[in-house]
Formats: sequence, structure tokens, C-alpha cells
Amino acid sequence: MTATHIADANAHVHSNSHEHDAGHHGPMKGWRRWAYATNHKDIGTMYLIFSLVMFLTGGLMAMLIRAELLRPGIQLLDPAKFNSMTTMHALIMVFGAVMPAFTGLANWMIPMQVGAPDMALPRMNNFSFWLLPFAFTLLLLTLVVPGGSPAGGWTLYPPLVLQTGDSFPMAVFAIHLMGASSIMGAINVIVTIMNMRAPGMSLLKMPLFVWTWLITAYLLIAVMPVLAGAVTMLLTDHYFGTTFFNAAGGGDPVMFQHIFWFFGHPEVYIMILPAFGVVSEVIPTFSRKPLFGYDAMVYATASIAFLSFIVWAHHMFTTGMPLIGEMFFMMSTMLIAIPTGVKVFNWTATMWKGSISFEPPMLFALSFVFLFTIGGFSGLMLAMAPADFQYHDTYFVVAHFHYVLVPGAIFGIMAAVYYWLPKWCGHMYNMTLAKTHFWLSTIFVNVLFFPQHFLGLAGMPRRIPDYNTQFADWNFVSSIGGFCFGATQLLFVYLIWSTVRSGPKATDKVWDSAAPIGLEWTLPSPAPYHSFEEAPEIK
Amino acid sequence: MSKNLKALACIASILLASPAFAAWQLNMRPGITELSKQAYGLHMEILWICVAIGVVVFGAMIYSLIKFRHSKGAIADTTLLHSTKVEVIWTTIPIIILVFMAYPAARGLIKDEDMSGADMTIKVTGYQWKWEYDYLDQKVDFFSTLARDSNAARIKGSGIDPYSVPNYLLEVDHPLVVPVHKKVRMLLTAGDVIHAWWVPALGMKRDAIPGFINELWFRADEEGTYRGQCAELCGRDHGFMPIVVVVKSEADYAAWLNAQHAPPAEAAPNAPAAASAAAPATT
Ligand SMILES: [Cu+2]
Ligand SMILES: [Cu+2]
Repeated sequence: MTATHIADANAHVHSNSHEHDAGHHGPMKGWRRWAYATNHKDIGTMYLIFSLVMFLTGGLMAMLIRAELLRPGIQLLDPAKFNSMTTMHALIMVFGAVMPAFTGLANWMIPMQVGAPDMALPRMNNFSFWLLPFAFTLLLLTLVVPGGSPAGGWTLYPPLVLQTGDSFPMAVFAIHLMGASSIMGAINVIVTIMNMRAPGMSLLKMPLFVWTWLITAYLLIAVMPVLAGAVTMLLTDHYFGTTFFNAAGGGDPVMFQHIFWFFGHPEVYIMILPAFGVVSEVIPTFSRKPLFGYDAMVYATASIAFLSFIVWAHHMFTTGMPLIGEMFFMMSTMLIAIPTGVKVFNWTATMWKGSISFEPPMLFALSFVFLFTIGGFSGLMLAMAPADFQYHDTYFVVAHFHYVLVPGAIFGIMAAVYYWLPKWCGHMYNMTLAKTHFWLSTIFVNVLFFPQHFLGLAGMPRRIPDYNTQFADWNFVSSIGGFCFGATQLLFVYLIWSTVRSGPKATDKVWDSAAPIGLEWTLPSPAPYHSFEEAPEIK
Repeated sequence: MSKNLKALACIASILLASPAFAAWQLNMRPGITELSKQAYGLHMEILWICVAIGVVVFGAMIYSLIKFRHSKGAIADTTLLHSTKVEVIWTTIPIIILVFMAYPAARGLIKDEDMSGADMTIKVTGYQWKWEYDYLDQKVDFFSTLARDSNAARIKGSGIDPYSVPNYLLEVDHPLVVPVHKKVRMLLTAGDVIHAWWVPALGMKRDAIPGFINELWFRADEEGTYRGQCAELCGRDHGFMPIVVVVKSEADYAAWLNAQHAPPAEAAPNAPAAASAAAPATT
């Protein structure tokens, strides 16, 4: 009935892997291994490293932003540069750090969790990864193009975005490439899950991480083309004389916002559902108890995904929609609290009467549940249209979405890395270092983002490089938190680097005292090059 | 020790009390209009609901983390897989809470959108990076831009300390002047890109969109000077197009209006120049 049965899966499937014919023995040598990679683990590794590099790049931009906002007055970045930093920071973090990290995790874990040898479409997998370095090279090159990089915000609202200089088509093509990459990644996930599950693994026996990714993949296929369409319309408005978003030609700038947020709201679930999946794996393990309400978790994920398509205009209450439209989007947004609540309650119930220990993945998962819930609360507040007229486009919004994205999505990714890294590389990491990374991250992420709620409520608009002195105190606190949070992440990079190189050997189950459930723990550590050459049996 | 406590109490009183103390401000302010008070009321209601839910949920989680620790020898009850009863309860209770939140929110929204019975109408146009106010039927029309001292201080490397500039970045050359207790309807549009007109104390924010006309309304209950900023990213100087609204008594407003009309030669197209001469000291 539930995922627990997977624990009984045959643990000896890997033993005869060398009886297969040549070409299955291992990776190619040198650069070819990566350039021609078709192995899900190699591609997963490249995705994860790419994501880490982008996380540091986007993080550096965040540091510059916080340095400028440390004190009132303009010290570092003139306003145009500041706007380009906020824009690039968002694009890089959303499309370069969070999304590729989850695709990397999907690549590594889905075949191992469903009992497959590899992803279903390995060459497309290669292509979808290798588009990314080109996409982000193109995007980052905009920093040195005359006229500067895009500075109209990651939401790319016209007419402002049409004032971008020569970097505009570069950014549009970069987004096209990212979208194509995401869609191919999503197709691969769906085909793998639908066709390559081990016999006996019915849909409702799949691990939650696989479930959340399956739903995420459908969201990606549904909305990435919408984003591609929107930016293409911007491109033709800019260069080919169309007037989709220009009132003078019968168009409407607000129509862009509708199209963008039809992509944008599902996008926020694309960035959080896989994290839900990770947390739903980690909490049961370290509570030594199966996930409470497995079916409810699956249905809640599906409901959130469905609702995400009918709430988009909650980002647009101030655009002057008709009253009936405002009512609809306010109410539909409030509904999301119900399935989200179910998830949080289920995680809590999973811990209830468990036997809880606090290894680094569990610490990050717990921090995720607490802090994501805070982001959920502020989300509920933002849904109230009459109050949103005050919150909209202030630092309250900045605090809200950073709570769901940093201690939300990114802590989810970190929980996953700490959970599965020993399985990937075969080495155990330094627990003290990992726990130090956890505590510093959790403390400073709150010092960084909690005061931004106060700034927003006090009336500080977002996306401004300079502010009145009444906002100085909390901005100072927030910036200090930001620098410390940023520096803490170097610890994470060092920890990964040193663990991959060396460390005590990890056991096959890695978390022996917690006896984790799931097919990935039936494989040796490090996992063999081809995960399951013979399908394991699921009872 | 008691010295420390005293210091702590002092800090706490600064943090929590007197809205006059701008620094370290924690919360939204009620503002001076029906709509702003309504937004504040809704904000506080939802905030307390969230706090209550947080106490229950976080309480249960923290209790579990303390009570059911592996290190304390807790044995997991692996039979606890699901419970239809509990699941129905924790789906139903949020629905009921949401209904209690939705009702005042919907009523508030209807009030927000009720533009009827306005006493006067002002058209505001956003430009990169200034505002234009057009008092319809009054033949008063002027631009409102960032005050000079702020504008000088905000340049990179200006060497001017922002703390030495009064109302740094929140002062304009010509503020919007409106009468107290009158329902003012604002029509919003823009000349180039999208801007948003927002004065927190008035409780309403609305986008000014090129080629379209939006509207909002407010009725100020108290005289005074209220400050806000453009709230939609509009390019390089988005952070430097503040909004200042001066609410005057009806008599003072009438006098101000007369002064705007006073030098007839300069009245119409050169209104900004006229206004700067006539009303420099509006605060
Ligand atoms: Cu949304
Ligand atoms: Cu503006």
C-alpha cells in the first residue's frame, strides 16, 4: 500500500552487473566522459556542480546588492547597475541555481528510486544539460554589452524591459535555451517514471520525491512554453514592429503580466514541490517511522499543482483588475493554504511518536518546515487583496519569497545533498562541519530576511538602491545577516569538495541507525555506474 | 543585572511604542483613511490568525522534537500511518478559518473599489522619473519631482550625509495638496513605462499604466504631510520619484488653490515654475 514495502526490495541486484557486454563497464576517460555524457549520474553531477557555480554567482550579486543597501546613500552601484544586479540575481538564482539543482537531484535519484538502470532518454539528457552553460554564458555576457544587462526586473515587464539595450535579445535567447533545457529535462523525468519503474512499483508505491518530481515535470511542460511565448512577443515588439504590449498599437502591457504570471506562479511550485519531496523522504527516515498520510501527500501535491494554474493574478492586484477578478484570484489563492497545510500537518504527524535524531539532512528538513511555513503565512497575508494594496512591491514581498526560496527551496536542496551525498560519492562527510553549516545558515538566513518584513510594513518599496534614513536600521541588520549567510555557504562548498575527495567510507544504508527506506539504499555506496541493471523486486 | 534589564526595557519600549519613532519600525501603521485603517485591521487579523496557527503547529513540532528523541530512547510507533479522522479535521479547520478571513477581505475589496460619490478628481501621470498632477476642472496642473537637496545627496560620491538631508528621498518640490474629509478620486496613467502611486498612510496603491487609466480613491481624516514612493520598478531612477501629499483644511486648501491661479500669465503650461514660487514651504 505505501512506500514502506520498498524496504523489502532485493538488495543483491547489483552483484552481477559485470556479466553484461562492453560499453557498460564504466565511464569514458577524460573530457569525453562529460561532453558525451549519457549516464544519469554523470549528468546529475554536472547539473549539481553547475547549480552550485550559479548559486555562488547569484550569491555574489546578492552580496553586492546588500552592500549597497547597508547604509543610506549610494556607495557602490549607481542605480542602473543596481537594477541590473537585482534582475540578474533573480534570473541566475531561479533558472541557474534552483531549477538545475532539482534536475540534478532528479537525474541522480529517480533511476535509483524507481529501480531503473538510467534515465529513459540519455542523449536528450546530455543535450538538456549542455544547453545550460551556453544559456548562462549568453546571459552573463550581457554584463559587458554596451547599455548594460537587463535591468527591468526578472519579471521583464514591458514597456520598461523594451528600454534594455543590445543585451535584450541575448537575454531573450538565453531564456529560450533555459526553457528548452527545462522542457527536455521534464520529458525525460516523465518518460523515466512512466516506463522504467521496477515491476511491482505502482504509482502509489513511488517515493514522494519521485511523485513530486513527476508533478513538477508536468508543470514545467505546461508553463515553460508560455514563458518562451511571452519573451518572444517582447522580442517582436522590440524589433519587428508588433504591438502586443503597446497600447498605442492596440496592445496591452498588462497582458504581458498575465502571460508571465501564468508561467510565474506554477514556476514557484516548480521550485518548491521537489523540495517537498526531499523533506518527505528525510523526515520519515530520521523519525524512524513511515511518512504519515502518504496518499494525502500525493493528492495534496497534485491539488497544489492544479491550483497553481488559477491563481496567477494575485501578483497583479494593483494593476486595476475588475472587482470580480480580484475576488476570484484572492479566493483561489487562499485555497492553496489547505493542501499546503495538509503537507505541514503530515510532516508533523510523521514526527509524532517517532524516534527522532538530528543528522544534518534532518536539521535542514526541520528548518525547511519551520521557515517555509513562515513564508506560507506571509503568502496567505499577501493573498488578502485589501492588505496586498499595502504589501505589494514592498520588502514584505521580498521577505516572503525569499523565505520560501532560501530556507524553502535551497534548504530542501541542501537537505537532499546531505542525505544522499554519501551514497553518491561513497564518503561520509564531517558531521561537525555540516552541523556548523546548518546552524550558521539557519541563524543568518533569519537575520537576513526576517527584518525585511519590517521594512516592507514600514513602507520601503523593493528594487530601490537607496532609501530614507528611517529604513536604515533594519537594512543594516539585514545586510550583516546577508554577508554572514553568504560567507557560511563557502563552508558548504568546502564540505562538498572535501567529502568527494576523501572521507570515511559510507555504508550501503549510510544512515544505518535510521534504516532508511527506499531502493537507493539497497545499492552500494558509492552507487554503481548503472544503477539497476536488473530490475529489483518490489513486494 | 537590573541595569541590563532597564536597558532592555528601554530598547523594547523604543521598538514597540510610539509610531513617531521612525527607526526600527516593526509594523504597518493604521494610516489616516478608511481604506488604510481597513488594510491595517485586516493585516492584524491575519497576522494574529497566523500567529495562533503557528503556535499550535510549531508547538506540536517542538513538542515532538523534544519528547520523541532517539537519544532519549524513544521507540517509533510505526503503525501510525494515517488516520482518516485526523485528516478530515485538519482539512476542515483551515477551511473554516479561511472563510473567516475571506469575508472581511471581500468586504474590504468592495470598499476599495467603490469610486462613487467622489468630491474631486485628480489625474496623476507617472513619467521617468516624476509625477504630474492635473486637478481636473480646476485648471491646476504641475509636476512633482525629487527635492533638490535629496537629489544632490543621492549621487554616488556626493559626500553629503543622507542623515543631514531632511526627509531624504521623500521630499518633492511640489507636493500634491488635497482637502481633508473629501473623497478624492485619482485617475492614474503613465507617459512611458508602468509606475505605481503609493502613499502608505492613504492605504491604496495602484499602477499607472501607459495607455490605460486606473483609478483609486481616498478620504483623508487628518491634516498633515504624508509621504510615499513609486512602487513599480520604472527604470534607473525608480527609487527617486517620491510622492508627498499635503492634506489641508478646506479653507487652507481653497487658499492654496487660489494661489495656484494667482499669476494668470503663468498659470497653465508653466504651472510648475509658478508653483515653486508660490508654495515652496508646504510642510
Ligand atoms: Cu503566485
Ligand atoms: Cu516610477
